Amino acid sequence: MRNKIHAQKFALYISFASIVMMFIAFTSAYIVKQAAGNWLEFAIPNMFYISTVVILLSSITLHSSYKSFLAGKEGMYKTLLIVSFILGIAFLILQYYGWQDMFAVGVDLKGNVSGSFVYLITGVHALHIVGGIAAIIVAIVHAFTLRFRVTEKRKLRFELTLHYWHFVDFLWLYLFGFILLYR
Amino acid sequence: MAHVGTHEENVLIKEHGWDDHFHDHHHGDKYQSNFITHYIFSQDHKIIARQFLITGIFWAIIGAAMSVVFRLQLGFPEESLAWLKPVLGKWIVINDGVGSLAPEFYYALVTMHGTIIVFFVLTAGLSGTFSNLLIPLQLGARDMASPFLNMLSYWFFFLAGVVMFYSLFLSTGPFAGGWTAYPPLSALPQASSGSGSGMTLWLVSLTFFVVSVLLGGVNYITTVLNLRTKGMTLWRMPLTIWAFFVTAILGLLSFPVLVSGFFMLMCDRGLGTSFFLSEIFIQGQALEYIGGSPVLYQHLFWFLGHPEVYIIILPAMGLVSEVLSVHARKPIFGYKAMVYSILAIGFLSFIVWAHHMFMSGVNPFISNFFVLFTLIIAVPSAVKVFNWITTLWGGNIRLNTPMLFAIGFVSMFISGGLTGIFLGNSAIDIQQHDTYFVVAHFHIVMGVAAFFGMFAGVYHWFPKMFGRFMDETMGKIHFWGTMIGAYLIFWPMHYLGLAGVPRRYYSFNTFDAFQGFESMNKFITIAAIIVFFVQLLFVINFFYSIFKGKKQTTKNPWGATTLEWTTPIEAGHGNWPGKLPVVHRWAYDYNKDDSREFAAQIEPLAEGEEESDH
Repeated sequence: MRNKIHAQKFALYISFASIVMMFIAFTSAYIVKQAAGNWLEFAIPNMFYISTVVILLSSITLHSSYKSFLAGKEGMYKTLLIVSFILGIAFLILQYYGWQDMFAVGVDLKGNVSGSFVYLITGVHALHIVGGIAAIIVAIVHAFTLRFRVTEKRKLRFELTLHYWHFVDFLWLYLFGFILLYR
Repeated sequence: MAHVGTHEENVLIKEHGWDDHFHDHHHGDKYQSNFITHYIFSQDHKIIARQFLITGIFWAIIGAAMSVVFRLQLGFPEESLAWLKPVLGKWIVINDGVGSLAPEFYYALVTMHGTIIVFFVLTAGLSGTFSNLLIPLQLGARDMASPFLNMLSYWFFFLAGVVMFYSLFLSTGPFAGGWTAYPPLSALPQASSGSGSGMTLWLVSLTFFVVSVLLGGVNYITTVLNLRTKGMTLWRMPLTIWAFFVTAILGLLSFPVLVSGFFMLMCDRGLGTSFFLSEIFIQGQALEYIGGSPVLYQHLFWFLGHPEVYIIILPAMGLVSEVLSVHARKPIFGYKAMVYSILAIGFLSFIVWAHHMFMSGVNPFISNFFVLFTLIIAVPSAVKVFNWITTLWGGNIRLNTPMLFAIGFVSMFISGGLTGIFLGNSAIDIQQHDTYFVVAHFHIVMGVAAFFGMFAGVYHWFPKMFGRFMDETMGKIHFWGTMIGAYLIFWPMHYLGLAGVPRRYYSFNTFDAFQGFESMNKFITIAAIIVFFVQLLFVINFFYSIFKGKKQTTKNPWGATTLEWTTPIEAGHGNWPGKLPVVHRWAYDYNKDDSREFAAQIEPLAEGEEESDH
């Protein structure tokens, strides 16, 4: 086609807008509710800092995997793909431990709305990570079952996964920064 | 009529068309190999459009029938409704031999009527049908950007419908807290009989519905921006496409916010959070929920809810613009002004939501902003109305059924739009809020008007969908019955509302102030029943004409300029058999010069001819 950007990639970017709107709704509701008072302040669990580092690392490894794929370095591409997958799972586990820490200091899902918001926002974000991990699993299956070749179609497929993963990564940075700023 | 013949059109596309090597890939018909992949799990946008339309008609009949039942209760509270017992069963309560509608079921009917008509009929049935049908056809595309997601979009809508339909038969009844589903009625399963399973299914159904809207919207936007044929610049797109495009953007940005609200509501219902609940006593018991705010839900709901009314009306506006221009044989007046109005309405629709909440305790100073922006929406709306009327002015008007409905749309939009200016003022809203004035306003401006746009579209594009015409006589009876009948139903409601009669009340027996409106209520109910049967005439006409209607013999029966009329009458998957058409001019070259009555978009400019300045 004549257009420079592939239609499927474009569609993916549009759906980012829609996901962003969903989280903007959560964070706006958070601000409005906070301004209304009866708001419990609590320390953000340290686990969330570690998980932030992990998710950033996973973006770097997945990107390097993509570069290796383009450069035709098959071994590197496969290894980094697996590493990204492990880091993605590690992120989810760390989030879970983060929730455990919150619960341990008495911030219950059912308690003050401030805690409910943090559980909800991080929880719905984790669901989006699960979607990303599913895409990475598909990428791994392709990497290990198909003969290694750099084709336009497989490049596009990888790019779609990669861009989604970067997106949920930056989404986490926004959400984490938001929670830190508006405690 | 100076007609561009079928033969000549074929030559135009053959010689000037754009070869995208369509048949080289053989992806054209591979999905249509058998009945199931052709008619059921089809990925052809034309089939999907028809699926949306027919499902929409099914829901419209149910939604309208519900309104007849609750109007019977309102208009004739003393008459026995026992004859409805075979259908409604235990929801008809018989006292002293007089059967009346159970009050809780009255609320369920009102709620379901709103939910079904707003979401299933006027969102999916209207924008789903015509965006699917016209976006690829009018842009010269083989199909949507992702036919597979497009198919999923329909099936998620279907699933939403199945869940909602199932909820109608629950022993506790469907949800009954109003289509806006405000907490606490929606958040506490014990709040009313419909708040339990009924509300759970309502939430599940609408979540599926949002998925459908988002999948559709992503496709529409991508297709409009990426798959236009050669020469189809944005400023050459028909107004229908502009309207669908902006509609899709509105849906894509506002529906996710509703989902956020739904998630929080689900947490309140199932996980014990208190997002929307605070200090509630129910059946003498204090609940544990503390610190939430029901107004927060209203903000989230109306952040979708207001763009939603434009999601409903913009496609109707687009269809009407096209139909008016084709059947007045004149270019649409002020094409660019129309486009800018659509964009302005789309933008403003996001910053007016709190005008639905003036009386819910929001800060009156903040209300001022919302009053201001709400009243500003009148400007682009008036520009559009002016342009429609000027398009008609001096036109060579064909008063056929699609044209009548298009003109009827303009009438309804003016009548309903004017009362919006009343309600947009937060001071006047103190008296008018939650009265029949509001009911009259939104039914005329986004209910009846949107239906008129949809009818104009169905009658106009019926040949494109089924290769036959709908019956004109039945169509005209349908139009006049609906036009007159709709005014007879909703005009008197303005008076009820001015007198302060509240909406959603089951009975007015115990209020002295609202006595004396019995005959008016009877009148409205009788009009509603007549209009309901007139709509059945449309349904009969629709299905009769699919099989027995007058056959379409020429490709372009209306003498329209747009690309959808250049495909074969029975177009396969891929729309154009060979090359794609190439566009040389805008969509509204009607009676541009004396030599021809209209010039299709695929006609190259004649020697010395200048492109219309628009």
